[in-house]
Amino acid sequence: MSRNVIRVENISKTYRLGQISAGTLTDDIKVWWAKAQGKPNPLLKIGQEDHGNRDEEFLWALRDVSFNVEQGSVLGIIGRNGAGKSTVLKILSRVTAPTSGYVKVKGRIASLLEVGTGFHPDLTGRENIYLNGAILGMKRVEIDRKFDEILAFSEVEQFIDTPVKRYSSGMYVRLAFAVAAHLEPEILVVDEVLAVGDAEFQRKSLGKMGDVAQQGRTVLFVSHNMSSILRLTKEAIVLEKGRVVMRAPSPEAVDYYLSAGNARAGERIWEKDEVPLAATPFRPVALRLLDQKGRVVEVVRSVEPFTVEMEYYLDAPLTGLRIGLYLNSARGDQVLTTFDTDDGARFEKYVSRPAGHYVSRCEFPRDLLNDGRYVLGINASSYRIRRYFMDEQALAFNVDTSGAPGMQWSEPRPGALRPRLEWKIENK
Amino acid sequence: MLNTETVDLEIEQTDPDDWDMVIGPKRNLLDLRLRELWHSRDLIMLFVRRDFVSVYKQTILGPLWYLIQPLLTTIVFTVIFGNIAKLPTDGLPSFMFYMSGTVIFTYFASSLSKISDTFVANANMFGKVYFSRLAVPVSILISSLIAFAIQFGFFLLFMVYFYLRGTQLHPNWWILLTPVLLFIMAGLGLGFGIIVSALTTKYRDLRFLVQFGVQLLMYATPVIYPLSSMSPKYQALIRLNPLTSVIEAFRFAYLGSGSVDFVQLGYSFAIMLVAIMIGVVVFNRVEATFMDTV
Repeated sequence: MSRNVIRVENISKTYRLGQISAGTLTDDIKVWWAKAQGKPNPLLKIGQEDHGNRDEEFLWALRDVSFNVEQGSVLGIIGRNGAGKSTVLKILSRVTAPTSGYVKVKGRIASLLEVGTGFHPDLTGRENIYLNGAILGMKRVEIDRKFDEILAFSEVEQFIDTPVKRYSSGMYVRLAFAVAAHLEPEILVVDEVLAVGDAEFQRKSLGKMGDVAQQGRTVLFVSHNMSSILRLTKEAIVLEKGRVVMRAPSPEAVDYYLSAGNARAGERIWEKDEVPLAATPFRPVALRLLDQKGRVVEVVRSVEPFTVEMEYYLDAPLTGLRIGLYLNSARGDQVLTTFDTDDGARFEKYVSRPAGHYVSRCEFPRDLLNDGRYVLGINASSYRIRRYFMDEQALAFNVDTSGAPGMQWSEPRPGALRPRLEWKIENK
Repeated sequence: MLNTETVDLEIEQTDPDDWDMVIGPKRNLLDLRLRELWHSRDLIMLFVRRDFVSVYKQTILGPLWYLIQPLLTTIVFTVIFGNIAKLPTDGLPSFMFYMSGTVIFTYFASSLSKISDTFVANANMFGKVYFSRLAVPVSILISSLIAFAIQFGFFLLFMVYFYLRGTQLHPNWWILLTPVLLFIMAGLGLGFGIIVSALTTKYRDLRFLVQFGVQLLMYATPVIYPLSSMSPKYQALIRLNPLTSVIEAFRFAYLGSGSVDFVQLGYSFAIMLVAIMIGVVVFNRVEATFMDTV
């Protein structure tokens, strides 16, 4: 059994909420002086309470997080926004210190929270390769040795002696990633930096990450993209509200992550405090999955039609509003996208919607989906004007294919769709 | 905090492994981590290079600005303080008198004001990747030193010019003290610079204070007047300024007027050590968590 190269022991991290100090040095000194004399805080308004250092003023970004990482393993970290992923990364990268607890590391560790850190627009591509490499912890000789390789990977050979401020954003990102990809630490901590560049370059970057893993180095990988988590990692940790809630083989962890947060199976209800202010006047109520009898279900049969309904309020009339559904597989692959005003006639009819209480209902036909787990996302926007609300992982559900075409064979059938197609066999 | 200590003890007992690095809530505040700094020497040199290359890109005169700045300052001082206000210059040509003071004071002033911006100016980079944070102030000291070398060479050229014109300048063996003087200047700039840089993460007003405080400080330093021209009461006051002895000694070594006072230099050295010590403590404290407050 291989040894642990990272041991995270009970780390917690708190942030002070609200203002960090009175704002200026003189005010802080006044407060401090008054406290030293046992007088009340002179800056408080009359009637205002002195909060001191009460616990509610702190936000626990992480609470007693512990885990080990074995040498040569590739561990994914997943969680919703605010679950504490970035804080874990920042502590591992030594960008910020934990409030309590320890992290122990064996071997050279490098972290990539961003590509192109420290790039200077006035310097040439060549100069920036050296600067960025050094910031990431490479020695000059090391960069010398890998320079040609980095250059080839970046595909910007022609412009290597041009200041990077003249680069297109694609070139800039490629150069930045090329440097990062040639780091050779024993432990690599990566944030979602792979989601950069065009699709072609992303594929190349993912490939490079896969290589790193195969060379027996240890990788910690944080991502929102479940298909890259599944592709690159064997095991993953799920963070929820600053705690580790699960550590399991990646497919299981991804599954848990995708279904967590639902109020009830088959239904996603948004509480008031879950809806960002920016969504106004759109106010989501619930997204439901219904079988053909109108019951809220978590599993739908592929041989029956099912309905997805979105209930919401408009607190003011909206022009051009469209409610969109994203259907993705649990692995993150997109299956389809549909909008409630896709139909030309309905589009004309609902150019603007007055304030009120609405339900947009979409019926999916029978014999559409293959078995497996799917995720529904929701989006409310006015085309090219504004996006009011979006939840990419609002609801997860399973499809059961009993009775579907081809079930006489027990083998798994790849693909997201399982339509009943018309075959003809002729005997000529 | 008691809690952390118990955790610490448990680890000691159950963890015989040879970890390379331990990240914890507290760092040793007096630890300069010089080894880490030494490992980042490539980075320091690249920072120095970046600062030089980037500052004068897209300027017409480029590095000539390093010469124009002290030259114009000296000319303005000569005209205003020498010719109009007729301040005494200890019998030296006022041009050389002002230039000697300006050149070495600028080294301190530019180091201090750039170093005090360390955290705020690099917040973006510091927030994304760890490297020895002291690499930034050290690289600033080096690039300021290079700028000083250029300006100092310029100063020597003027010395030759005045010598050829027959002016009596008295450079002497105290010139050998130059590295020590520069060391004290660098140390003072570093010490006070990192103190301010650490405090500016919380109190932005200090940035403004430093920017014009440095200008005011020049008037409390014998840059535009000789110490000897002051009444004893003011002299005592001006001597409290740790820069005073350095500038006086520098001027004495190259021009033959001023004084080399070892007690005073010792005082400056002591202030420098104290400033660096306090600086390292606050720097280490702030470094651990400044990303949460900046």
